Amino acid sequence: MARANWRGGLIWGWTLAVVTFMYLPALCLFLASLTSSRYFIFPITKWGLAWWDKTFASLEIHALFRTSILTAAVVTAIAVVIAFFGALAFARYDWRGRSIYQKIVLLPIFFPQSVLGLALLLWFNALGLQLSWQTAAFAHLVWIIPVVTLVISIQVYSFDPALEEAAFDLGASRFQVFREVTLPVLLPGVFSGALFAFLLSWGNFPLSLFTTGADTTIPEYLYAKMVAGYTPGVPVLGTVSTAGAAILLLGGYALIVLWRRRRET
Amino acid sequence: MGSLGLRHALPLLLFLLLGFAAPLLAVIGYSVMPERTFGLWQAPTLENYVNVFTSTSWISFLTSLTFAGLTVVILAFACYPIAFGLARTFGRWAPFLTLLFTIPLFVSENVRMYGWVLFFIKNGLMLGTLKSLFGFEIESWLFTRGMILLGMVYVYLPFMLFPMTLGIAMVPKETRDAAYDLGASRFQVFREVDLPLSMPGIVIGLLLSFVLAVGAIAEAKVLGGQRAIPITHDIEIAFTYSQNWPLGAALSVLLMLVVGVLVVGVLRRFDLDAILGRR
Repeated sequence: MARANWRGGLIWGWTLAVVTFMYLPALCLFLASLTSSRYFIFPITKWGLAWWDKTFASLEIHALFRTSILTAAVVTAIAVVIAFFGALAFARYDWRGRSIYQKIVLLPIFFPQSVLGLALLLWFNALGLQLSWQTAAFAHLVWIIPVVTLVISIQVYSFDPALEEAAFDLGASRFQVFREVTLPVLLPGVFSGALFAFLLSWGNFPLSLFTTGADTTIPEYLYAKMVAGYTPGVPVLGTVSTAGAAILLLGGYALIVLWRRRRET
Repeated sequence: MGSLGLRHALPLLLFLLLGFAAPLLAVIGYSVMPERTFGLWQAPTLENYVNVFTSTSWISFLTSLTFAGLTVVILAFACYPIAFGLARTFGRWAPFLTLLFTIPLFVSENVRMYGWVLFFIKNGLMLGTLKSLFGFEIESWLFTRGMILLGMVYVYLPFMLFPMTLGIAMVPKETRDAAYDLGASRFQVFREVDLPLSMPGIVIGLLLSFVLAVGAIAEAKVLGGQRAIPITHDIEIAFTYSQNWPLGAALSVLLMLVVGVLVVGVLRRFDLDAILGRR
C-alpha cells in the first residue's frame, strides 16, 4: 500500500503544479492592475488602485460592458431553449437519425473558431447584412448551442424516462408532463448550460473579431489595446473578467450542490 | 418514437444549416471567385488555389500543423496523470478541481496570453523576482518559438483533459480488479486494460485539441512576436490588409479540408452514448 500512496502523492503534486500553471497569468494580471506607475515593474514599488478608478470611470468602458452583456444575455436565452430540445433529441429519445445527429452537433465544436468567424463574415456579406452585435450574437450561437446541448445532454443521460411515463399513466397532458416532470428534473443541467452560454459568449474573441462590425466587445477592446502597446487598463479588465468567471462558476456550483442536498433530504 | 426525436432536433438542425453549413458553402463559393473581388456572382476559377501553392503559404501550413502536433503530444503526457486522478483517486475533490480547470476557459485567450507576457517580460514577475532576490539578469524568453508552444499547451489543456477524464471513467473497476487478481502487474493493467478501454475518450481529446490548435492565432501574435507564422495569420492578412477575400477563402477551404477529414474520419468510429455516460 505504501507504493500506492507514493503514486497518489505524485499525482496530487503534479495536478496542483498544473493548477498553479493555469492561474499564473491571472496572478500576473492581478498584480499588474495594482501598480500605479505607468509600466509594470516587479517587485512593485508603487502600489495603488489608481488604474481601477480610471478604468471604471471611463464612459467608453461602460459602453463596452453594455455591448458584451447584451450579446451574452441574448445568446444565453436563445441557446438554452434550442439546446434544451436538442439535448432531449441527443440523449433521451431513440430515433433513426440520432447517431448522425449527435455527430452533426459536435462538428461546430471541432472546428477552428477563427475560420468559423471568417466563414460567417463571408456569409453575412453575401446576404448583405449590416454587421453589429446582433450578427455577433448569431455567430456565438453557432458554437455555443452545440456546447450547451452537450452540457444539458449529460444531465439528460441520467434522467429516468419511467418518470415521464408514470406521469402519462396518471393522466397528465404532454404539456403538464413537460412542466411538472421533465423540466424540474433537468433544471440543474439547464442551469449549468445557461452559465456556460453566458460565460463563453462573454469571453469569446475569435468569433466576435470578424462579426461585430462597428460594435466592440470587451475581448476585442483588450486585444486592440494589447496590440497598440501597454495600458494598465488591460490588467484591470483582465482581472475583472477572471474574477467574474470564477465567482459565477463557483457560486453556480455551490447552488447546484445545495439543490441536490435539499432534494435528497 | 421516431418522429418525436426528430421534432426535438429540428430547431437545432435548422440553426446549424443556416449558421454552419451555409457559411461554409459561402467560403467555398468565394474561394473560386477571381482575385480581389467581393461578390459571389462571377465566373468561377481555380487560380486562388494555384496561388496558394506557388506562394509561401504552405510553410505557414506546416508551421500550424507542427505546432499543433507538438502541443497534442505534450498535452497527452501532461494530462494523463491528472485525468487519472480526476476519474479515480481524487474522490470528493474531483468536482472542485474540475471546476478550477474550467474557469480559465471563460476568460478570452488573448487576456490570458497577456498574463504570460507580464510573467516573462523584462522586469516582469519571473525576471523581476530573479533580479531582486538573486541579482542576476537573463534575456527574456518572450517572442520565441518555445513561448508559442507554451501558450498553446496552456490554452488547449482543458480540451485534452476533460475528454480524457471521461474516457478513463469508462473503464469498469471490476475489469481492473480482475486483471490484478489474475496477477497482472501495474504496467500490464495500464497497457492491457486502462489504455485500450479509455481509448475513445483519449482519442477525442487528441482530436479536439489538435483541431483547435491548428486554428490557433493569438499565441503566435501575443507571445511569439511573429517568430512563427501560423496559417490563420495568412488567412487574416488576406482578409484585412491585402483585401483579397478569394485567396483567404481558398486558404480557409484547405484548412477546413484537413480538419474535416480528421474529424469525420475519427468521429464516425465512436459511439458517443458510451463516452458521455448513457446508462
